[in-house]
Amino acid sequence: MKAAVLLFPGLNREGDAMRALEQASGHKPTLVWHAEHELPAGTDLVLVPGGFSYGDYLRCGAIAGRANIMDAVRAHAARGGLVVGICNGFQILCESGLLPGVLMRNRDLRFICKMQHLKVERADTPFTTAYQKGQTIKVAIAHGEGNYEADDETIRRLEGEGRVAFRYCDAQGQVGGAANPNGSTHDIAGIYSEKLNVLGLMPHPENLIDPLVGGTDGRGLFASIASFSRAA
Amino acid sequence: MLRNEPQITPALVAEHGLKPDEYQRILTLIGREPTITELGIFSAMWNEHCSYKSSRLHLRKLPTKAPWVIQGPGENAGVIDIGDGLACVFKMESHNHPSYIEPYQGAATGVGGILRDVFTMGARPIACLNLLRFGSPDHPRTRHLVSGVVAGIGGYGNSFGVPTVGGSVNFHTRYDGNILVNAMAVGIARADSIFYAKATGVGRPIVYLGSKTGRDGIHGATMASASFEANAEEKRPTVQVGDPFSEKLLLEACLEIMGKGCVIAIQDMGAAGLTSSAVEMGAKGGLGIELDLDAIPCREEGMSAYEMMLSESQERMLMVLDPAKEAEAEAVFRKWGLDFAIVGKTTDTLRFVVKHQGEVKADLPIMELGDEAPLYDRPHVPTPPKPVIAAGSVVPPRSNRDALLHLIGSPDLCSKRWVWEQYDHLILGNTVQQPGGDAAVVRIGDGPKGLAMCTDVTQRYCEADPVQGGRQAVAECWRNLTAVGATPLALTDNLNFGNPEKPDYMGQFVGCLEGIGDAARALDFPIVSGNVSLYNETQGRGILPTPSIGGVGRIDDVAKAATLSFKGADEAILLVGETQGWLGQSMYLWQVCGREEGAPPPVDLAAERRNGDFVRGLIAGGHVTAVHDLSDGGLAVALAEMAMAGGVGATLTATAPQQHGFLFGEDQARYVITARAEDVAAITAQALAAGVPLQMIGETGGEALTLPGETPIVIADLVNAHEGWLPAYMASAPK
Repeated sequence: MKAAVLLFPGLNREGDAMRALEQASGHKPTLVWHAEHELPAGTDLVLVPGGFSYGDYLRCGAIAGRANIMDAVRAHAARGGLVVGICNGFQILCESGLLPGVLMRNRDLRFICKMQHLKVERADTPFTTAYQKGQTIKVAIAHGEGNYEADDETIRRLEGEGRVAFRYCDAQGQVGGAANPNGSTHDIAGIYSEKLNVLGLMPHPENLIDPLVGGTDGRGLFASIASFSRAA
Repeated sequence: MLRNEPQITPALVAEHGLKPDEYQRILTLIGREPTITELGIFSAMWNEHCSYKSSRLHLRKLPTKAPWVIQGPGENAGVIDIGDGLACVFKMESHNHPSYIEPYQGAATGVGGILRDVFTMGARPIACLNLLRFGSPDHPRTRHLVSGVVAGIGGYGNSFGVPTVGGSVNFHTRYDGNILVNAMAVGIARADSIFYAKATGVGRPIVYLGSKTGRDGIHGATMASASFEANAEEKRPTVQVGDPFSEKLLLEACLEIMGKGCVIAIQDMGAAGLTSSAVEMGAKGGLGIELDLDAIPCREEGMSAYEMMLSESQERMLMVLDPAKEAEAEAVFRKWGLDFAIVGKTTDTLRFVVKHQGEVKADLPIMELGDEAPLYDRPHVPTPPKPVIAAGSVVPPRSNRDALLHLIGSPDLCSKRWVWEQYDHLILGNTVQQPGGDAAVVRIGDGPKGLAMCTDVTQRYCEADPVQGGRQAVAECWRNLTAVGATPLALTDNLNFGNPEKPDYMGQFVGCLEGIGDAARALDFPIVSGNVSLYNETQGRGILPTPSIGGVGRIDDVAKAATLSFKGADEAILLVGETQGWLGQSMYLWQVCGREEGAPPPVDLAAERRNGDFVRGLIAGGHVTAVHDLSDGGLAVALAEMAMAGGVGATLTATAPQQHGFLFGEDQARYVITARAEDVAAITAQALAAGVPLQMIGETGGEALTLPGETPIVIADLVNAHEGWLPAYMASAPK
C-alpha cells in the first residue's frame, strides 16, 4: 500500500499516524509537504493527521483546507482514491469541501483527552472490514473542537445514506447521554463521503495500536485500509 | 560618550529593582553613569531571577555530579546519559507571578519556556509534567486560576504536540495571593550531539530566529523578582503571550538545522530576552558580542533599544551559525515560515555593544555583567523545631471508614482527572503509564527502554521543618520512580520561596536546600538543573516553602514496569517499611482534625535506600503484581487508590494499638506491594536478608475495601468520593 501523509505547519500527530500505517501495511508512508501540488505517483491512501494546523488560530482547518496540496487530494478522492482525516485532519477535510459539516467547540468548552468507546456503524467500507458491524471499540480522543454539527438536511442524508462511520458510546456499546464527550450531533464521531472513500473522524485510532499503550482496538482501521489496498 | 536620555534618577534606579548599593556597583564597574538601555540591561542581568544573587551561595552546596551526568546546572537544561547512545535532557521552571496575573497566558508561556530550554540543547521533547499550587478552595479567585492555568498548560502543550504525562495539584490558603505554576519538560537527544550556549570564533554571525519582538514581557524577570502587592493585576502588560504554533515550527526548524551541522551555539530567549541570551553566549565563550538592533524583526513600530533589549516576547532563539552553512540554515527557517535575521557578530573585545539607528546604546564589559552580579549571604534563621505529636494524643475518628472517604475526596487527595483530561497525555503513542500513578512511564521510540518521571514536594512538611521537608521531597520523588520499577537517575528542582530578605524565609530556603542535598547525596540522585523563584509573597506573607522536585529514572523494559492497581483476587498485600503511625503534619491531622501541627515524619535516608532498592529488585524479578508508594494519607489512602485503579477490592487484616496512626500515619520509606500467595515466602525471606521490614497486612479480592472492624466500602463509593470533588467544585459558583 502506498500511503501519503500530509504535513501542514502545526500538525503534530503525523508520526503516530505513520507508525500505525507502517505497522498495518509493512510500508513506510511518504510525508507530503503542504506546499506541494502533486501527490506521489500511485498513492492509494491520503491521510491527513491530527494536530493544530496553523495553530488553529482561525477556524480549525480553515487555512489548511485551502492549501496547494488539497487540490491534488480532491482530485485523488474524485478518482475514488481513499482519504482519511483524523481529528484536525477531519476538520481540514470539512473545510476543504471533501466532507460536509463542521466541528464546533466541545459542549463543555474544554479540551478533552481520554479513552473513549466507539460503535462501528458498518463494517463494509474500505476503512472498517477488520471490524464487526455494531462492534464497540476503545480508542483515544484528544480535541477541543470535536462537536460535529451540520444542517438538518445534511444530518438526514448522512443517516439515510449510511454515512455515519462511528458513534460515541460507553463500554457496553450504549450510545448517547454521558457517553457523548463533546455534544456531537447524533453522537457522530466520524463520517463518510457519498462514495464511502473519504472518512473523517475525531478519535485517534493511531494511538491504540499497542497493548502496552492503552490497547489495540485502533489497529482495525489501518488493517482494513491495508487489505483494501492489497485487493485493489 | 553615550548620549543619555532620560536622566538616570534614584527613582528610575528603584523602578528597575536595583538597590542604591547595587547602582553604586554599576557606577564603579563602568566608571560613568549608565544609559537608560544599560540600566535596563543591568536590571535584567542583576535581578534575582537571572543572577541568583540570594541563592547562589547555597546552591553551590548541592550535589550535581554522577558518572551518568553529562551536563549539570548552568546550561539551558540538565543532561544525563541513559545508555544506547541516548541522553535525556530535562528541567523544571516556574512561571508563578505571570500565572497569577493572567493564568492562561502565564501558564502557557511557562510551558513554552521550558520546552524551549529542552530543545535548545538539541533534544526532542517527549513529555511535560507540572506542579501546581493554588490558594484555598474557598478563596474567590481560586476557581478562575485553576481553570485558566490548566487551560493554558493544555493549550500550549497540546498544540505543541508533547504529552503532559504527570503532575501534582495542591491547595492551601498560603498560596491565595501567589500561586505556583512549575512546568517540567523532558527530551531525548543523541548523547554525542548536545548543543550548548557557548559561542566560539570571532567575527561569526549571530542569528535571530523565531517570532518577532514585541513589547510584551518587558521587565518580566524583574517582576518575577519582586513581591506581590495588592495591585498585582496592574502588571498584566508584563505578561507574555504564548504562540505554541510558532514554537512547534521553531522546534522543527531548530532540530533540522542542528541535524545539518549548522549550529555552533544556541540560546533561547527566555527571561530577560535578548539581553540575557546574548550576554550568556558571549560570556560563556569568552567573547564580546555586538548587536545591531536595526536588524531585529519587530512586531511593533518605533521600538526603542531599551524595549528590544528587555522584551520577553516568546518563541525566539539566538544562535551562532557556521558561516559556511548560513544559507542552508536560512532556507530551513524560510520553509517553516520563521523570521531569520543576522543581528550581530562575535568580537574579541569582551564588550557587549548594542547599536541602534547609528548610535551606541550600550557598551558594557560582558564578563562582568554576569560575574560581577551582586552575591548576597542573606541572614537566615532556622525554623524552630515543632513538637512531635504522638498518635495516642490525636483523637481517633468515630469511623475510620468515614475518615478515609473524607480524605480521598479532599482537595489535595482527590482525583485530578478533571485537570489531566485537559492535557493531551497520549500523543506520540508512548505513554505507557498515564497520569494517576506514582510516576509516569514514557517509552523511548519503539522501546523497550523508557523513562519514568514525576514531580513532588510536601510543602506542609517543609514549613514545619525545612530540612526534613527538603529530604522528604527528594525521597518521595525517588520512591515514586522506584515504585514503577525505574532506576532514579537525576532530578531538577524548582525552589519556590518567600522573600529572601527576611531571615525566617531565607532560613526556610537554606534548610530545605540542606535537606535536598542530604537526600540527593544519600540516594545518588544528583541535581542537574533547576530554577529559583523567590519573593513569592503577598502583602508580607510568604507562601509555604515549596522546593518542587522533578525526577527522572530509567526503565530498561517498559513492559516490566509496575503499576499500582490491584490485579486480581486472592493476592497477598504486604507493607514494606516501618510504621510507627506518624500523624504530625499528616493529611489526617489537617483534613480530619483541622490541625496543621507538629513535626513532620523524619526521613531515614538509609532506610529509604534499602527499602527502595529491595522493591525495585522485586519488580525487576517479576515477583510483585502491584506497587504503590505511601505518602499523603498513609496506608488507607494507598489501599483505596490501588483498589480503585484495579477495580478489585481488598481486606485489611492488620491492626495496631493506635489504629488511626497505622491507617493514616505518614511514616516515610514505605510501599505497599501485592504478590501471588505462592511468592510470599520467597519475598519474606529476601526482605529478612536485606534487613527490610515487611508485614503481611491483608488480601485482595471482592468488590469493596474492608478495614478491620468497619463496614466494607464498595469500590463505587470510593470512586464517587475520589472523582467527585474537583468537577463539582469547578462547576459550582464562588461563594
